[in-house]
Amino acid sequence: MNYNSSSIPAIQAESLTKEFGDFTAVDAITFQVEKGEIFGFLGANGAGKTTAIRMLCGLLQPTSGSATVAGFDVFTQPEEIKKNIGYMSQRFSLYEDLTVKENIRFYGGIYGLSNEAIKEKTGILLERLKLHNEAGSLVKRLPLGWKQKLAFSVSLIHDPAIVFLDEPTGGVDPVTRRQFWEMIYETAYGGVTIFVTTHYMDEAEYCHRISIMVNGKIVALGPPSGLKNKLNADSMNQVFLKLVRQS
Amino acid sequence: MIEVNNIRKTYGDTVALDAVTLSVGKGELFGLIGPDGAGKTSLFRILTTLLLPEGGSATVNHHDVVKDYKKIRKEAGYMPGNFSLYQDLSVEENLQFFASIFHTDIQTNFEIIRSIYEPLAPFKNRRAGALSGGMKQKLALCCSLIHNPPVLFLDEPTTGVDALSRQEFWETLHELKKKGVTILVSTPYMDEASLCDRIAMIQAGHLIGIGTPAEIISGFTKPLWSVSGMDIYRLLKDLQDFQQTDSCSLFGNNIHVTLKNGVADVSALKEYLLRKGHETASINPVAPVIEDCFIERMKE
Repeated sequence: MNYNSSSIPAIQAESLTKEFGDFTAVDAITFQVEKGEIFGFLGANGAGKTTAIRMLCGLLQPTSGSATVAGFDVFTQPEEIKKNIGYMSQRFSLYEDLTVKENIRFYGGIYGLSNEAIKEKTGILLERLKLHNEAGSLVKRLPLGWKQKLAFSVSLIHDPAIVFLDEPTGGVDPVTRRQFWEMIYETAYGGVTIFVTTHYMDEAEYCHRISIMVNGKIVALGPPSGLKNKLNADSMNQVFLKLVRQS
Repeated sequence: MIEVNNIRKTYGDTVALDAVTLSVGKGELFGLIGPDGAGKTSLFRILTTLLLPEGGSATVNHHDVVKDYKKIRKEAGYMPGNFSLYQDLSVEENLQFFASIFHTDIQTNFEIIRSIYEPLAPFKNRRAGALSGGMKQKLALCCSLIHNPPVLFLDEPTTGVDALSRQEFWETLHELKKKGVTILVSTPYMDEASLCDRIAMIQAGHLIGIGTPAEIISGFTKPLWSVSGMDIYRLLKDLQDFQQTDSCSLFGNNIHVTLKNGVADVSALKEYLLRKGHETASINPVAPVIEDCFIERMKE
């Protein structure tokens, strides 16, 4: 393991709660994520994952509890959080009607990079993704796998401390899915914290630690091997099924 | 029940389907496995008569997809990939609506949907748009079954659905199969292949394998090794750099490796890993799964 557990946690949540009327979407979740860690955030549909992520990204005020992300408070410093995190999901990432280069320029601008920095980043990014020949192509013309790799790279353009990946690999072929995970590993090696959700249970095994949410609560937290031992299961799929069935 | 013969479809320069041929027997649960953009939805739309093929022919329950399209529309059940129900109608209203389109009512064929509808019944007055993902999927399945179709087309019914709901959905499909319904189902999840009687693997408009899951797996003839160790990323990088590596892919907390020319001797690999400092790495033979086969055939 490469992540550093001695420094300040990238994410620290303490009894973090969100209520909508009389419905408790997120029920007092407590966990922390270390710098450079790949943290898998799993749960059944409707378990409260999206609500939790929205609070951690500074997009939704919690009802109670406390949390810091990249050292900033979710209650009082949501704008600071937004500047210091990256976000990518399968549904929302790039603008299809802009070219590859225009998307990079747009996100660079949004995150306040100087023209010079954007130019430099564009060069590095195109080189890394071997997308030089496609720089002027509309994003909608790119194969899905390329789009997702580009979206991930763009979410890192402002060198965030943490990147949130919401089902980043949905629908891509098995080879591209693995190339994407190599990029995730490489990024985590560089010290960036990865917070990722997925429905592919084999991808849960790629994470350093995972949490599993059921009905608003975190019911399991630990490294995949530890959870498998604890629940006497062969795979993360079994771990997941056992925990979600119990409820 | 479904015959597909040399079907071709293009969109401008993009070839969506190229000489696709397959046949699904009566009462068979047949899986079409492949990533987004492989051509799965195009094939479904051709078979449900929503899209015209450019070449080849196809029949559903002996009806030609071009000439007899009205008959197919009356008979086949179809659950499209995107949530296709009316969000502003209630659960029960959606069901009534789809029943009336097929000139039937909910009661006539209720038996076929009874067990699927049961968990939905308490929410029958809720708007479909306000249902959870798993519930929407159940309702969409009920609506596609309400006219008791002999053949059912399910386009990615489990995409984005959690592992438990996925498992329950497959249990439902097996129940329907027992009732004699022929099912063609597509999925991007390779692990669902083993739940089908037969599968076709599709990539970039081409079928890259067809058969029972066991037949597909037995077609993977190279010795396959599972390598695990402490630092999986560094292990992967070093394996990629190893001269004799033919393929290596992450599989959970292991890496599946084949060696060039199907070499079955791993002593050189062991030595190499030791030299690279992976003292704790272990190398064990492993049986391939469908995903290994898919990756292998993608390269050809």
